[in-house]
Amino acid sequence: MSSPTTPLRRDPSKRTSMFLRMMWRAAVLRRGRAASALLAMVVAAATATAMLNLYVDVQAKMRREFRNYGANIVVVGKNGGAVPRDAQAKVDSIIAGHGQAVPFAYVVATTSDGHSVVVAGTDFSAVRNLDHWWSVTSWPQASGQALLGQRAATVASPDGKAFDLTFHGKTVHFTPAGTVQTGAAEDSRIYISLNDFENWTGVQPSTIEVAAYGTTQQIGVVMTKLSQAMPEAEVRPIRQIVEGEAHVLGKTRSTLLASTALIILTAALCLLATLIGWVYDRRRDFAIMKALGASERLIRGFVAAEAAALGSIGAFAGYGIGIAVAAWIGRVNFNAPVVPRWSVLPPIFVGAVLVALIASVAPMFLLRKVQPANILRGE
Amino acid sequence: MFLRLLYESFRRQKRRKLLAGLAIMLGVTVATAMIAVATNIGDKMSRELRSYGANLVVTPEQDTLDLQIGGVELNPPSDTAYLSEADLPKIKTMFWGNNIVAFAPMLPVNVNAQGENVTMVGTYFAKKISFGNDSVTTGVIETDPWWRVDGSWPSDDSSDVLLGETLARRLGKKAGDEIEVARQMHRISGILSTSGTEDDQIFAPLSLAQQILGKPGAVRRIYVSALTKPEDALALRDPKSMGPELFDRWYCSPYVQSIAYQLQEAIPHSHAEQIRQVAQNEGTILSHINGLMLLVTLAALFAAALAVSAAMATAIFERRTEIGLMKALGAGNISVAVLFLSEAALLALIAGTLGFAGGSLLAAEIGHAIFNSNITVAPVLFPIILAIAVIVTFAGSAAAIHRAVKFDPVYALRGAA
Repeated sequence: MSSPTTPLRRDPSKRTSMFLRMMWRAAVLRRGRAASALLAMVVAAATATAMLNLYVDVQAKMRREFRNYGANIVVVGKNGGAVPRDAQAKVDSIIAGHGQAVPFAYVVATTSDGHSVVVAGTDFSAVRNLDHWWSVTSWPQASGQALLGQRAATVASPDGKAFDLTFHGKTVHFTPAGTVQTGAAEDSRIYISLNDFENWTGVQPSTIEVAAYGTTQQIGVVMTKLSQAMPEAEVRPIRQIVEGEAHVLGKTRSTLLASTALIILTAALCLLATLIGWVYDRRRDFAIMKALGASERLIRGFVAAEAAALGSIGAFAGYGIGIAVAAWIGRVNFNAPVVPRWSVLPPIFVGAVLVALIASVAPMFLLRKVQPANILRGE
Repeated sequence: MFLRLLYESFRRQKRRKLLAGLAIMLGVTVATAMIAVATNIGDKMSRELRSYGANLVVTPEQDTLDLQIGGVELNPPSDTAYLSEADLPKIKTMFWGNNIVAFAPMLPVNVNAQGENVTMVGTYFAKKISFGNDSVTTGVIETDPWWRVDGSWPSDDSSDVLLGETLARRLGKKAGDEIEVARQMHRISGILSTSGTEDDQIFAPLSLAQQILGKPGAVRRIYVSALTKPEDALALRDPKSMGPELFDRWYCSPYVQSIAYQLQEAIPHSHAEQIRQVAQNEGTILSHINGLMLLVTLAALFAAALAVSAAMATAIFERRTEIGLMKALGAGNISVAVLFLSEAALLALIAGTLGFAGGSLLAAEIGHAIFNSNITVAPVLFPIILAIAVIVTFAGSAAAIHRAVKFDPVYALRGAA
C-alpha cells in the first residue's frame, strides 16, 4: 500500500539553499573528479583563447611587418608637374602618426667630366624611416653632404673625394658622406637634402611617397582624404605593394584560421569527452535523486546549473591563462606583446558553457530511460 | 591467456574501444595535419611572396648609369653594354633553376611616338623558352602580377604594343587603335596600368625593340623572380672567403645571394644582385610566419595530446570494477597494468594509422583550399607519429591505471568507487 505523496509546500528559499548545497557538495565530495573536469575546461578555454587572440592580433602584427616594404601610396603632380607647395604639410597632418611621408625632387645634372647623373633631393631622416631596405654605409648629417648610389659613386666620385655637380649653369660642390645600395634605381642616383636641392636648382618635389599604416579600408580612407585635400595632385596606390600585401596576408590569415579551427575543435571535443565521462560517472547520484522523488526537470536543471557554473569559472580562468600564453607567443615571435582582445571573451564564455551543457545533457538523455533501480544495483 | 584477454577485451567492449579509438584518431589527424602544414608553409608562403615581383636583377658587367626620371630613359643607346638573349635559357639550367619562378628581359629604347619622345621597353609577355628537354612560359605576366591590361596582352611574336595608361591619355589613344612608333604603324593591343613608371612607357615584344634599336639579341636587364630562403649568418658571408665545404653549403642553399652568384655564373659578362626592397622584407616575413606556425603547431600537438590522454583516462577509469575483479581473482598490479597498456598500444597503433591517413587528407585539403597546391606528408613522419601516439596513449592511460589499481578490490566490486 502506498499513500499518495503530496509534495509539501516548501519554502522557496529553503529550496534554493538545498539546491546550492547539493551543487557545492557535489563539487567538494568528488573533489578529484570535479577538479579534473574543471582543469579540462580551463585548459580547453585557455587554448581556444590563445588561438583566437592570436588570430585577431597577428594580422595587425603582420601589417606592421609589411610596412617594411615602404610606401604604399604615391602623390604626384598632375601631368608630371610638381606637387603643390603645401602638399608635404597637408600629407603630414592627414597621416599624423599613422604613417610616414617622404618628398622627392629630381633633376639631371652633369659631373665635372661631363657624365650625366640623376640627382634627387629628399628628407634623409624621413627616408631612413620609410625605406628600411636601403643599405647605407653612412647617412649625410650636414648641408653639402651627399649620399651616392653605388653605381653613381663610380662615376661621380670614384675615389671618394668631393665632387662638383652642374645644373643649368650653376655648379655646387658636394662631399660624399656614404653610399647606398638597393639593387634598383637608387643605385644610379645621388641624394642630397631637400634644402640643398632647392637652393641649388629651384626645382620643387615632384613626388611624395607615403606609407600609410592600417587595414586596406583605412588606407582607402587616407587616400580619399589626400585626394580631397589636394585636388591639384594625383593620389595613387602603389599596386605592387598594396596587392602583394593583400595577397600574402590573405593566405596567412586563411592558414591561421584553419589551424585555429582545428585546435579549438580538438580542445572542445577533448573537453566533451572528459565531461561526458564525469557526468556518466555520477549516474548513481542522479539515480538516488530520482529514487528520492526528484523530477526529471529538477535533475536536468541541476545538471544544467552545474554545467553553467563549470563553464563560467573555466571560461574566465581559461581566458586569463590564454591571454598570458598569447602574450608569450607574441613576445617570442614578434618581439611585441599581443594585445589582449576583450572581444574574444564572449565567444569563449558562450562556447565553454555550451560545451558543458552538451556534455551534461547528452548522458542525461541516455540515462533517462534507465530505471534508478538498475543503476543503484550497480549496473 | 593474455592474448585471449586482450582479444576478448576488444571483442566485448567495442563501444568503449571505439570512443577511445576515435579520440586517438582525432588527435593524430590534427597532429599530422598541423605538422604537414607547418613544415610546408615556408615553401608555400615563399611562392605567395612572389606576387611582390622580381627579387633579383641581372645587368651587364660594364653597365652604365641609369638615367631615368619618371619612366623616361635618357641614356643615349650608343654607349650602353648589353646581355645576350641567347643566354636566357641558362637561367633554368643552373643549380637553383627550379627555384626560378619566372624571369623577364628588358630592353629600353628611346623612340618617337606620334611626335613625342617616349621610352619603349621590349620584353617577354608570355614567351615559351626551351631548355634541354623542358620548356617554360615566362615573362612580365609572371614577374609583375599587379600589372593590368585593358584589352589584351600582345603576342610575343607580333608587332603589337601596350601603351601605358598615362601616356595613352596624353596621346588620346585606346586599345585597338594604331600608333606610329619609329616611323611604323603598330596596333595597340591594350592599355597597361601598373601605378608605376611603366604607365608612361610603351611595352613591346623584345624582338620588336631589338629591331628598332638595331641590335638583335640584345637585352639590357633581366628581372628574376626566385624562391629564396631567409638570410642567416652564412648567407651574408663573402663566398670568396669560404673554404670549399662551407662554400658548398652556401651554394646549395637557396639564399638570394647564392642565386645571384649562380645567375652571374650562368649569364656571361653579367652582374646579378638582389632587389633589396623585395628580397630583404621577404626573409623577415617568412621568418615570422614560420615561427608563428611552429608555435601554433606546438599548441595543436599539446591540445591533441590532452584529448588523447583525457579519453584514455576516462576509458580506463570506467573499468574500475573490471580491474577490481581481476585483482580479486589474484592478478598482480603489474599484470593488470601490462594488459591495459597493451590494449592502449594496440588501440594507438590502429587508430594512429587511420589518423595519419586522415591527417594527410586534411593537409592536402588545406593545401588545395588555401594555396591551390599539394601539401604532402613525408612518409618518414608515419613511424614518428605512431610512436608519439603510442607514447601519449601510454601516458594518458598510465596515470589512470595507476589510480585504478590502488583501489581496494572490495570497493570496486561493490560498485562504490
